[in-house]
Amino acid sequence: MPAVSKGDGMRGLAVFISDIRNCKSKEAEVKRINKELANIRSKFKGDKALDGYSKKKYVCKLLFIFLLGHDIDFGHMEAVNLLSSNKYTEKQIGYLFISVLVNSNSDLISLINNGIKNDLASRNPTFMNLALHCIANVGSREMAEAFASQIPSILVAGDTMDSVKQSAALCLLRLNRTSPDLVPMGEWTARVVHLLNDQHLGVVTAATSLITTLAQKSPEDFRTSISLAVARLSRIVTSASIDLQDYTYYFVAAPWLSVKLLRLLQCYPPPEDAALRSRLTECLETILNKAQEPPKSKKVQHSNAKNAVLFEAISLIIHHDSEPTLLVRACNQLGQFLQHRETNLRYLALESMCTLASSEFSHEAVKTHIDTVINALKTERDVSVRQRAVDLLYAMCDRSNSKQIVAEMLSYLENADYSIREEIVLKVAILAEKYAVDYTWYVDTILNLIRIAGDHVSEEVWYRVIQIVINQDDVQGYAAKTVFEALQAPACHENLVKVGGYILGEFGNLIAGDPRSSPLVQFNLLHSKFHLCSVPTRALLLSAYIKFINLFPEVKPTIQDVLRSDSQLRNADVELQQRAIEYLRLSCIASTDILATVLEEMPPFPERESSILAKLKKKKGPSKVPDIDEARWNVNGNTEHSENTEPTNKSSPPSLMADLLPTNRPRPASYSPTILSAGNMAPSHPFTDLLNLNSSPAAGASLLVDVMSDLSTPAPTTTTTTPAATDVCEEHFSRFVCKNNGVIFENQLLQIGLKSEYRQNLGRMYVFYGNKTSSQFLSFSSSVTSSDTLKTHILPLLPPLLTVNIHTKPVDPTVEGGAQLQQILNIECVTDFSDAPVLSVQFRYGGTLQNIGVKLPVMLNKFFQPTEMTSQDFFQRWKQLGVPQQEVQTIFKAKHPMDTDVTNAKILGFGVALLTGVDPNPANFVGAGVIHTKSTQVGCLLRLEPNPQAEMYRLTLRTSRESVSQRLCDLLSEQF
Amino acid sequence: MMSFLLLFSRQGKLRLQKWFAPVSDREKKKVIRDMMLLVLARQPRSCNFLHWRDMKIVYKRYASLYFCVGLENNDNELLSLEVLHRYVELLDKYFGNVCELDIIFNFEKAYFILDEFLMGGEVLETSKVAVSVSMEEADTLQETMEEYMSKPAY
Repeated sequence: MPAVSKGDGMRGLAVFISDIRNCKSKEAEVKRINKELANIRSKFKGDKALDGYSKKKYVCKLLFIFLLGHDIDFGHMEAVNLLSSNKYTEKQIGYLFISVLVNSNSDLISLINNGIKNDLASRNPTFMNLALHCIANVGSREMAEAFASQIPSILVAGDTMDSVKQSAALCLLRLNRTSPDLVPMGEWTARVVHLLNDQHLGVVTAATSLITTLAQKSPEDFRTSISLAVARLSRIVTSASIDLQDYTYYFVAAPWLSVKLLRLLQCYPPPEDAALRSRLTECLETILNKAQEPPKSKKVQHSNAKNAVLFEAISLIIHHDSEPTLLVRACNQLGQFLQHRETNLRYLALESMCTLASSEFSHEAVKTHIDTVINALKTERDVSVRQRAVDLLYAMCDRSNSKQIVAEMLSYLENADYSIREEIVLKVAILAEKYAVDYTWYVDTILNLIRIAGDHVSEEVWYRVIQIVINQDDVQGYAAKTVFEALQAPACHENLVKVGGYILGEFGNLIAGDPRSSPLVQFNLLHSKFHLCSVPTRALLLSAYIKFINLFPEVKPTIQDVLRSDSQLRNADVELQQRAIEYLRLSCIASTDILATVLEEMPPFPERESSILAKLKKKKGPSKVPDIDEARWNVNGNTEHSENTEPTNKSSPPSLMADLLPTNRPRPASYSPTILSAGNMAPSHPFTDLLNLNSSPAAGASLLVDVMSDLSTPAPTTTTTTPAATDVCEEHFSRFVCKNNGVIFENQLLQIGLKSEYRQNLGRMYVFYGNKTSSQFLSFSSSVTSSDTLKTHILPLLPPLLTVNIHTKPVDPTVEGGAQLQQILNIECVTDFSDAPVLSVQFRYGGTLQNIGVKLPVMLNKFFQPTEMTSQDFFQRWKQLGVPQQEVQTIFKAKHPMDTDVTNAKILGFGVALLTGVDPNPANFVGAGVIHTKSTQVGCLLRLEPNPQAEMYRLTLRTSRESVSQRLCDLLSEQF
Repeated sequence: MMSFLLLFSRQGKLRLQKWFAPVSDREKKKVIRDMMLLVLARQPRSCNFLHWRDMKIVYKRYASLYFCVGLENNDNELLSLEVLHRYVELLDKYFGNVCELDIIFNFEKAYFILDEFLMGGEVLETSKVAVSVSMEEADTLQETMEEYMSKPAY
């Protein structure tokens, strides 16, 4: 144990810390801590009143134990006592404990606030500072409510000590960040601005922080701060380094204040007043000049502080983006730093230059450093610096240097760290497309990407190359030839097989004239990869094969043989099996004309924002990706793909033809639905799905992306398997968590409404099918199943899991136009579950078989029985459920306005009893209930804490079963 | 604005944690773990800055201790490096040749000194003299050593 150098020695504390440090094992440590906790508890509970010193010592021990990572659930009261003590040393420890351990819901908050209030009123600056620190450290809403109105007056009062002013300014800043609504602007705001003129630099520093934050929120109110800030800054930068005495840091005049003033000025555009503007420009020039002066000290602190000011000045120059000379000077300065021996400076220079690259004044100047940046990419030892170099290359890329930059990035990619490969791939793909002068280069680049980093090439990238090849006629032949050559490699990445399969399937005919790439050679080449590929790729290859049959009638027998083989027709994978069967059948029965129409070349994809760019934005956050304004990215700007178009795409379209063919093309007269059935296909065959690959842009702007993603989901199947596996509509599912009645599904044909009631572990659901059309639905049938994934996971448990009996007679097979059909489902919950059952509906409309899957809103919470209990009972049970696995907590952003009545209704609708007067904070919601299943009952307590400022909720659930807690939490957290 | 300041040893022992913005306990544990994983894995002579989530991380090693601060995205990295240095200087001035053990045994002092220097994630007082003076003042307010030693230890 070292000698305590100064101040008090709490010997008992030092001994305890020594003991802990001497513990040989975690167990010994825990044992020692428990012993100490027991000791402290008995002291606190003992009859003998503790003196202040002992109290302080024990509270300090508790704090130490807490900081070691153990939970502390007592001692708060003693800490509050200390905080109210008159002895500074006790007060200080009391405040420290409260600051570190305070629980905003604690009953003690009013006692604490009382102590703070006394100290603020004490006029003793040390005490006032402690109190202000406590408010800033805790920063809770309760404290803001209690003190937010008082602090501004402390801040601007004429007789307040400087040190208290400083604390008050930052305390107010903190409260403004957490509870801005409680810190109203007032007449004090004008006086705060004048603190920029204060003689005490510490006060100015603290006030500048406050003003900057306030000015970001309401710039108009603080516009007067511009001239004061410029004046102050000017005085600092022109001062001799010793003028500012203790505010000089390693020969740099007030670096913290300078940086803060420069930051404050970044809240505003360049000053309009010419004199002010030139004064500011002078300041900035002086700062830039100083960078060229020899250092006044060799210490790194000197150069860091000096350069910190310089970088902040450059940020301001970039922010103003109005003085070309300054911008170019800034760029040159950063250029020097790019070769500095300090890694930190190289890193920051790369980072700053990224923003400079987007200014029209300095873009060219940044470009001159390309060789240095490329060199950094090759030679930097630190991956975070290399990453900045990649960012900068991306930012400085334009048409003139794109080939060089893309080539360098590609060569770097070969050895790049795995953590940043995917990002580089995306960047290369974007640059290659954006600056492609000829598309052959683009195709080469993407194929190179796949070759070098195939694993990191996300789907968006290879979707995009296909979209572009399909949309650009002039590159198709080249693309076919290139992929054909690339596929010759003995080992090629699966992504290459995908691109190859797709492109040869579409455009293989363009190279078929060459005997070296005759149709049969192409087919054999593709098929040689087939068995090494995953299911989605094989499915894609099968589609390529059927396209081959259309392109090259001469290979039809070969391909039919392949399709006919047992490994295809009887493939264990239902998607592959189905494709083989359907394609084989199609090739046998359809005439050449029909084949040619059905398997026609893909129509051009609609232009929209590049899916890759969207992905990069998602990865890095939108602000970090420079906007791409070139026309090719185009049109719909913000569209995210797939998800939002899916519903329209997937709900069975009224006409088979709409999905089958691009509607903008003439429809051959012979081509009508009758042809399909004339072809002797299985009557219920969903032909649409077979040709899903051909979905047209007219049918809801479908993208290749959408189509391909279908491959991974279980495919629609023939009549023998359950149609529930198709597309299950979940759209309205979550709306039913807190209510029992409503419309669960609706498309242009059919509306399905539900009414349900539950008692204990039993439920009854009325299903209403409404025919929205004027014609009949034929062969109407429905069934309820669990989804495929559910089956595979818990098949052994299935019978006792959740039984749903269709109670009534099978529904009427015919539904008249405009009529409604009712069905009753009886439901029994056997044990807790998480996956909902699926209702599958099938019917024929206008000769087309419609398959609809709807996820039924049978959730665990439906089997709740509400339980009323007193506050005491509640907390007792809450404690009993204290095992970590029993509690699930989530914090989430409010999706709806935070209205108390609505929340009450939702919690009641969720099925629990809403307990009032239980939670010490009346704004919180507390509920209790029991879930009834056939086998067990699971008690459940929940607590929802809204935070209206942040528009966030915290939801905590405790139940005796982990899976139940999690499931309920998932369900309920979606509702607010 | 700084969001947090952590001090931990090469062995991954946390010596001081200061949170300037409200963070749940679970999140705190995660941040602490991530910071140790990230920072302790860095090669010597790497740069002192990292990107993590949407934050900038600035760290520096002093003897056996790592000082690590999380910044908002538009904060000044270099100056934050000097915030860490100034804090070390203040500790050094108070303890005299400060070492990790001083911070372990006098953790409460380390917090007090930090409070004199930073508040709400901003620099409160950059003057070393001013901070030291207020620490001295605080110490003179304490009871004398003898008074304490006469009290029961345990």
